[in-house]
Amino acid sequence: MSGAGSPSPSPQTVAAWGRLSASTHAILRPSLRADVPAALSRGANRCAVRGLGRSYGDVALNPEGALLDMTGLDRFMAFDPATGELEVEAGVSLGEILAAACRPNDDGSGWFLPVTPGTGYVTVGGAIANDVHGKNHHRAGSFGRYVLGLTVARSNGRIIHCGPDREPGLFSATVGGLGLTGVILAARLQLRRVAGLAVESEHLAFNSLDEFFNLTNGSEADWEYTVGWVDALATGKAAGRGIFSRARHAPNQRAAPPPHLPRLSIPATPPFSLVNRASVRLFNAFYWRSARSARRTEHYARTLYPLDGIGNWNRLYGPRGFFQFQCVVPKNDARAVLGELLGRIAASGEGSMLTVIKTFNDMPSPGLLSFPMPGTTLAVDFANRGEGTRALLADLERLTVEARGRIYPAKDAVMSAETFNAGYGHALAEFRRHMDPGLTSAFARRVGLESAS
Amino acid sequence: MTAKRIALFGATSAIAAALARIYASEGAELVLIGRSTEALEQLATDLKIRGAADCKTVVTDLGDAGNADNAAGKAWSAAGGLDAAVIAFGALPDQAKAAADSGAMIRAIDVNFTAPAALASALAGRFESAGSGTIVILSSIAGDRGRASNYVYGSAKAGLQAFASGLRHRLYKAKVNVLDVRPGFVISPMTAGLDRSGPLWSRPERVAADIRRAIDAGKGVLYTPWWWFWIMLVIRALPRFVFHRSSL
Repeated sequence: MSGAGSPSPSPQTVAAWGRLSASTHAILRPSLRADVPAALSRGANRCAVRGLGRSYGDVALNPEGALLDMTGLDRFMAFDPATGELEVEAGVSLGEILAAACRPNDDGSGWFLPVTPGTGYVTVGGAIANDVHGKNHHRAGSFGRYVLGLTVARSNGRIIHCGPDREPGLFSATVGGLGLTGVILAARLQLRRVAGLAVESEHLAFNSLDEFFNLTNGSEADWEYTVGWVDALATGKAAGRGIFSRARHAPNQRAAPPPHLPRLSIPATPPFSLVNRASVRLFNAFYWRSARSARRTEHYARTLYPLDGIGNWNRLYGPRGFFQFQCVVPKNDARAVLGELLGRIAASGEGSMLTVIKTFNDMPSPGLLSFPMPGTTLAVDFANRGEGTRALLADLERLTVEARGRIYPAKDAVMSAETFNAGYGHALAEFRRHMDPGLTSAFARRVGLESAS
Repeated sequence: MTAKRIALFGATSAIAAALARIYASEGAELVLIGRSTEALEQLATDLKIRGAADCKTVVTDLGDAGNADNAAGKAWSAAGGLDAAVIAFGALPDQAKAAADSGAMIRAIDVNFTAPAALASALAGRFESAGSGTIVILSSIAGDRGRASNYVYGSAKAGLQAFASGLRHRLYKAKVNVLDVRPGFVISPMTAGLDRSGPLWSRPERVAADIRRAIDAGKGVLYTPWWWFWIMLVIRALPRFVFHRSSL
């Protein structure tokens, strides 16, 4: 039975979503908020914090070390349907919030997540620690903007309540703080009122990056959700072609809560990657021709969570796993830099299916280490083919730094300490002041984010 | 239709909590019975936000069979009668310790057989008088055949299976079903000490969804997930000379 004091650690093999490595961790899975301080102080070992394991790289890994699994803290604590203010434990997933608090009224309207990444299978704690963003960044900014308050456990045993106007230093460090400033136990969030939970969406083909920028600039005033998919294997005259998707909540159109479990699931890891040059070429050509569609009203999950219907889709990349690369480059040279990045990718022949571009606006986040900045973001995935893939990633990393951009830690598995410093150096001195000496991660060690202890 | 009234004994266990959430989302009235006030209250708040029409708590130590009648009575009256009672408490003992120390073995049998059987018995008369409803008893695939690695727990669960079978037979005339749920390997706090990699491990949400369907379908025995029915069919059928050489 649960609820019987703090659990003892159990050794388990843990991989991140990219499945690049699998290593033993001493897992502690508290069942109650009150168990966390004891779990944190158990032994002298530093601990990493993990939610639903959707980070691609190593922000929630701590090989051969301790790992605090927060998914046992998955309770709703308070919800006011009049104001949309919601308090949840850190292990509650965004999908669970949609199921419990975002049900349509008779007129189709309802409360909705103010910001959501491309999956509902992330915890609130993870969404805050990575200050996630979504297809509405140009209108809404990042997740951290809607956090009204946090309850944070520090390894010295203190429980601190912080927010924009209470212990604001710790709050700014913890939003986007990659789990290094304390363990988020609970969060108060402000949901957003929408006139209809269903969305009206359309998908338009574009033949070049210029066309993409025209479409996205012309859509941002009237469409809440915008994103571009690029055919990363297209070269020559076809280079930069893709599908532009835009959507907005449709007044008075209902959408039921999403199902709790995926309908389909990839049952096992195939012995080799099913995502290879041939299949990516086929997929991209098919998607480019078939994805365009006229305006239609549909469930928000189709627009916002296209991959959530397939459980464990990351297994398709085979036993060696895959890399994600996501950078943002500043507005002024975004068009040129993006062209160069996509050119390198196409020339390398390392196919990517989920190549996504999106513009970020100037919507400041409270988070010190928050990833988004005004400009354009590019996200790409590559099956891990070893040296060739790493060389391409190093190339993309260098171009990002030269363009004064930065890389998203939640997706990253390879960036150097220099690259991290170049992207986030402006805030690192202040951030280090709030780091908790009891917390760590493989990512933190890789990029030189060790607290003084 | 009026709201369903469901009592969960051992409500904070992973499977029971997942089942409670399914019923909460449908607007059921819930009664949570368990040992820790804090854990029960936190779960009750959660279930109300998820849609439960009402959610009451009863704090008692269900591992003590002497509390069974009192717990059954309180749960029954808290909701003014029940449509289903789910007996979901238990504890996975350390087999080596239970084999060496008879006190540990007796405690393991008490919490996994005596106490849940006493509770099912205490509930049976109330359901019988009401003339409807389902008593759900969580046994385990471990009860299907005694194995060296787990036979103390397994034998208690086997006893529970036989008890459920007999109770189902008795309550058939009263139109009360007894559902014997035999989960396989479930990722939960109870199994935190085991190596849980491998394809046979399931999430409690999956198991709870299966239980929900089996209650409505009036099933007698549920293996969950379904493939355990076939695995256990093979394990039960293994000749002893093969079985004895295995390390199951």
